[in-house]
Amino acid sequence: MLINHPLLGPRDAAEFTYMGDANLLHRPDWEAEDALQQFTDYGYLRDNPAGLHRELWFHEGGDRSWLVVTRDTTTHEVTAVELARDVARREGRSE
Amino acid sequence: MMRYSGFKVIKEALTGHRGWGATWRDPEPKSDYDIIIIGGGGHGLATAYYLAKVYGQKRIAVLEKGWIGGGNVGRNTTIIRSNYLLDGNEPFYEFSLKLWEGLEQDLNYNAMVSQRGILNLIHTDAQRDAFIRRGNAMILNGADADLLTTKQIKERYPFLNTNNARFPIKGGLAQHRGGTVRHDAVAWGYARGADQLGVDIIQNCEVTGFLIENGVCSGVETSRGTIKAKKVASCVAGSSSRVMEKAGMRLPIESHVLQAFVSEGLKPVLPGVITFGAGHFYCSQSDKGGLVFGGDIDGYNSYAQRGNLPVVEDVCEGGMAIFPMLGRARLLRMWGGIMDMSMDGSPIIDRTHIEGLYFNGGWCYGGFKATPASGYVYAHLLARDEPHPTATAYRFDRFNRGLMIDEKGMGNQPNLH
Repeated sequence: MLINHPLLGPRDAAEFTYMGDANLLHRPDWEAEDALQQFTDYGYLRDNPAGLHRELWFHEGGDRSWLVVTRDTTTHEVTAVELARDVARREGRSE
Repeated sequence: MMRYSGFKVIKEALTGHRGWGATWRDPEPKSDYDIIIIGGGGHGLATAYYLAKVYGQKRIAVLEKGWIGGGNVGRNTTIIRSNYLLDGNEPFYEFSLKLWEGLEQDLNYNAMVSQRGILNLIHTDAQRDAFIRRGNAMILNGADADLLTTKQIKERYPFLNTNNARFPIKGGLAQHRGGTVRHDAVAWGYARGADQLGVDIIQNCEVTGFLIENGVCSGVETSRGTIKAKKVASCVAGSSSRVMEKAGMRLPIESHVLQAFVSEGLKPVLPGVITFGAGHFYCSQSDKGGLVFGGDIDGYNSYAQRGNLPVVEDVCEGGMAIFPMLGRARLLRMWGGIMDMSMDGSPIIDRTHIEGLYFNGGWCYGGFKATPASGYVYAHLLARDEPHPTATAYRFDRFNRGLMIDEKGMGNQPNLH
């Protein structure tokens, strides 16, 4: 499996550590009324789709960047790769 | 009902094998049942069998999308053992091993249960301490455990490389009652047993939705029409998230691919099952002579039933570290199976928040050895609406309540279990 790193070009997936569903970028608000339930869901429940899946890959054996990879879980085909930083900012994190 | 016996084999041999008949019926689905089990794998068929046999339930159907035994019960590496540490697990797996020991007589079916023993190798002093602790936990729960020295291991398994410079073998924890089973025969034996007790096994019948109203499940929609039931029991590990999504549930599970490998057939070289303690590699020899081995999951979400080469390399490196002889054997086949990797590495057997809908899944890559007990305790839950005494910890709400059953202490990172 190759991951087309936005900065480094195609890299072997073995250089990366898989860190799960990209929705984990969106940590719940700890001040919310139902924060406990939200954090339980965040920590333990997953969509786990068969088909396109947005997921976090950490380039541990490379430039140590975090990527959001869109990959088909039924074929392993990678269709999009972005820096997790860009995705997080676009989706309203870390502003 | 036909019983298999040596006499029957001789009789059929003399009469041209015309009297065997079908091993199970191929019934049309009825419009309603008392209990529907979704998934005709080992666990689903075992559940149906014990529901009928032990719990006296009638009007049971097993719905299978493809053919029975076509999922993980036909794709695993056939090992049985009960060498767990934690209280939530060990009594359950020991119950399972005891059921394996009586399985063939119970089913009147040759499942080739072979208690050839399993050996977990020790490579460091700290690992020895951990294994002694685990062995003691096993003994406390009525299982067997035996700590072997390097000398004893060398006598039994002279081909092991005990002097690997990086990972020397310092001993091992053996469970002599562990071993291997002919995996397909487990599905077939349970199917035959359940069928003879009146269970309808309906193949090529995919569940496409649930009939849920006001929080009560009253049946399923299938590719062969609507089927009503008082109780619906999901038993589809590997595809649990896909099935339960149809009931609106998100699960504490990720699906991952685990690869397995078989070498060309060799003369008997490997007695028992051996696992490498410094990497992840386990190996046994099938009765056909192939070395059956595997290691880690690939580590990313997958429903593809095939993996990638980095894990193949990692598994083979682990194998070569302890069995240099493995390098002389050619790889014959490799394949992948899809695992329900749960958030703590342990299964879930529980009611759901929807009345009449039950769940069994999250087996990670340890489901095969659990087959008899999984079926038995799931049948108990379905028949009595309370958990079996050996399966009280396998609840959905253990994640909310902080009562994880995390054998490896890895936390909520499914690909590390």
